[in-house]
Amino acid sequence: MSADEMRKPGGGSGAVLGGPGAAPSSAEPGAAGAAPAAGDPGTAPHEALDHGASAVHHHHSHAPGSRHGHGHHLLQVEGLTVAFRMYDDAAGSFLTAPQRDVEVIHDLSISVHEGEVVAVVGASGSGKSLLADAVMGLFEPNASVRGRIWFDGEPQDAASLAALRGRGISLVPQSTASLDPLMPVGRQVEGAPRGRGAARRADARRRAARRAELFERYGLAPEVARLYPHELSGGMARRVLLCCALMDEPRLIVADEPTPGLDLPLAVRALADLRAFADAGGGVMLITHDIELALAVADRVAVFRDGTVVEETAVASFADPALLAHPFSRALWHALPEHDFAAGDDALTDGEGAGPAAAADGGLPGAVGAPADGPWGAGAPLTEADVEADEEDPC
Amino acid sequence: MARRILIALGRLALLLAAVSLAVFVLVDLSPIDPVQANVGQAALLGMSDEKRAALAAHWGADVPWPERYLAWAQALLQGDMGTSLRYNQPVAQVIAERAGNSLVLMGIAWAASGVLGFALGVAAALSRGRLLDRAVRAYCFVLASSPTFWVGLLLLTVFAVMLGWLPLGFSVPAGKAAADVTLADALRHVALPAVTLSLVGVANIALHTRAKAIDVMGSDWFRFARARGLSPARAMARHGLRNLALPAVTLQFAQVAEIFGGSVLVEEVFSYPGLGQAAVTAGLGGDVALLAGIALVSAAIVFAGNLAANLIYGLVDPRLRPAGRARAAARRALAGEGASRG
Repeated sequence: MSADEMRKPGGGSGAVLGGPGAAPSSAEPGAAGAAPAAGDPGTAPHEALDHGASAVHHHHSHAPGSRHGHGHHLLQVEGLTVAFRMYDDAAGSFLTAPQRDVEVIHDLSISVHEGEVVAVVGASGSGKSLLADAVMGLFEPNASVRGRIWFDGEPQDAASLAALRGRGISLVPQSTASLDPLMPVGRQVEGAPRGRGAARRADARRRAARRAELFERYGLAPEVARLYPHELSGGMARRVLLCCALMDEPRLIVADEPTPGLDLPLAVRALADLRAFADAGGGVMLITHDIELALAVADRVAVFRDGTVVEETAVASFADPALLAHPFSRALWHALPEHDFAAGDDALTDGEGAGPAAAADGGLPGAVGAPADGPWGAGAPLTEADVEADEEDPC
Repeated sequence: MARRILIALGRLALLLAAVSLAVFVLVDLSPIDPVQANVGQAALLGMSDEKRAALAAHWGADVPWPERYLAWAQALLQGDMGTSLRYNQPVAQVIAERAGNSLVLMGIAWAASGVLGFALGVAAALSRGRLLDRAVRAYCFVLASSPTFWVGLLLLTVFAVMLGWLPLGFSVPAGKAAADVTLADALRHVALPAVTLSLVGVANIALHTRAKAIDVMGSDWFRFARARGLSPARAMARHGLRNLALPAVTLQFAQVAEIFGGSVLVEEVFSYPGLGQAAVTAGLGGDVALLAGIALVSAAIVFAGNLAANLIYGLVDPRLRPAGRARAAARRALAGEGASRG
């Protein structure tokens, strides 16, 4: 079917090759406007390929803001599969239960360009956060991860991804419990100074100065630095988390549900901050269950379902369901409040998790409500937005 | 604050009353005849019945326990802890002589097991599943399931009997005048009992700390610290330790009671003249005044340990700290600002 063909533009193996202009596109041509890739795409290394003029490559279409700095993606994930080794609960007794691998993410591919926000939209509890973990190189001990990840054109493995944490890739975590409850937030934002001796002290001073600047930019009073996390409102905690990420001057921000617990104006504001970061040349991978917010801020949307990205397309494609390739994407379109709310289409029913989370978002409609029919039900041990019964914000 | 102190003192008084009452009832139920236990078998046999009755009357052995308890409690309130049957000295004096020895022994064991146990527990958690972790756990499981007196006997056999490095027992060299005893002598004598108590205490603390540290490493904030580029060890140093401090404080002060219990056995094995040994002597001799005195002192020490833990919580955990005036004002101002922005 057509979705499948879209995913394999050159008719090739669907891996790292970029067939120039192979498939019809829903979006504008690439902004960089370089010449199509030369040579044999099947053997050329990924970083040698020029993606410039190809409107659809690597299974995705472009948005006007998408740029290929240095001729490659800022972040490229290909064929990511994450599985967990766990005991089989179907067995009669726990003592004899065999272990099996449960695949939570399979064959997922996604790209982030410089200067753009890519929203990964999917149901609560469907395993989106694992994508963030994989990009950060943070895995549980019982996880097995396969696939290929490039950052800035360089292929990465678990060790090099770990080395990029805080040094190129920063996370905006999902939970406000991500702040150390026993450390004043100013010191947490500043982070641990690097180096030794005098260099370390200089780095500490530089960090303190940058922290003050970030606090000012995000409307946090200087006194906030001395408060402990339990003394912050939900909105302040979110801004503090964002400051933590920006502190390290990343090139890519992975934001994992940064808005739950914020009311609409604050959510918009938080997303505007991410937007501003992208406009300044950074890349953002925004993981969210809230398609309406995603459409408001993102350049491109990756539709996440059953552990994989079923469609990666420009936000503009959501103007018309005909531009959407995958039935689930079209179902999402129909579920938007300004459209027909036709929830009966496809598998779009009101999900277990989306309800309370959407309510916590200030009652925004349009949250993705498809239940996860994979192994991750509502009871799965994922820290998703719905778990946070939000303590939130009087602001 | 004054209110909290009053409440604490009230609780302490109730605790002491309950403990002493229990001692009197238990001693009364015990089959040991104080006259027989304190006179000695040979002397007892040679004694006439009148003499025995006179001794029993002198010691008040036939007075019913509630009456004895009330008399004892009344004297206690006037500062008199009674006279020890066994040592024929005022109870306060016996306890004072022995408490010094015991506190040195328990202090060393308490500090060593706390520091070592905490370090081993954190190190094991950081190397979870690897060799160091397995070694620490193996050590802990073996030690935690070994009886304290058996560990003491083992050390005694190896270091005192086979190697002859350390003395067999007592707190000072036998036959040496008290004035000639040096600090080195005292340390040599306290070494084996202190090591025995520490070894067993370490296992408990290390296992608990390891479990807590693993919880900490699974927390959202620890993962976030890792996501910002800190290695597990550095994240532990920067964020983990301060969060482990609270459970460690609880554990360490709960350990006071454990160490006290262990010291009774260890002092017995090493003939170390401390409170524990005196408690055993008092119990076996029906020496209710001494036993009650020791029970009161131990209960007060354990109570003080728990109280200290509560007070330290307040110092360590900002969430339990009453907000200072400046802080509260800052928060109010910020809340107002937030409201106006929202």
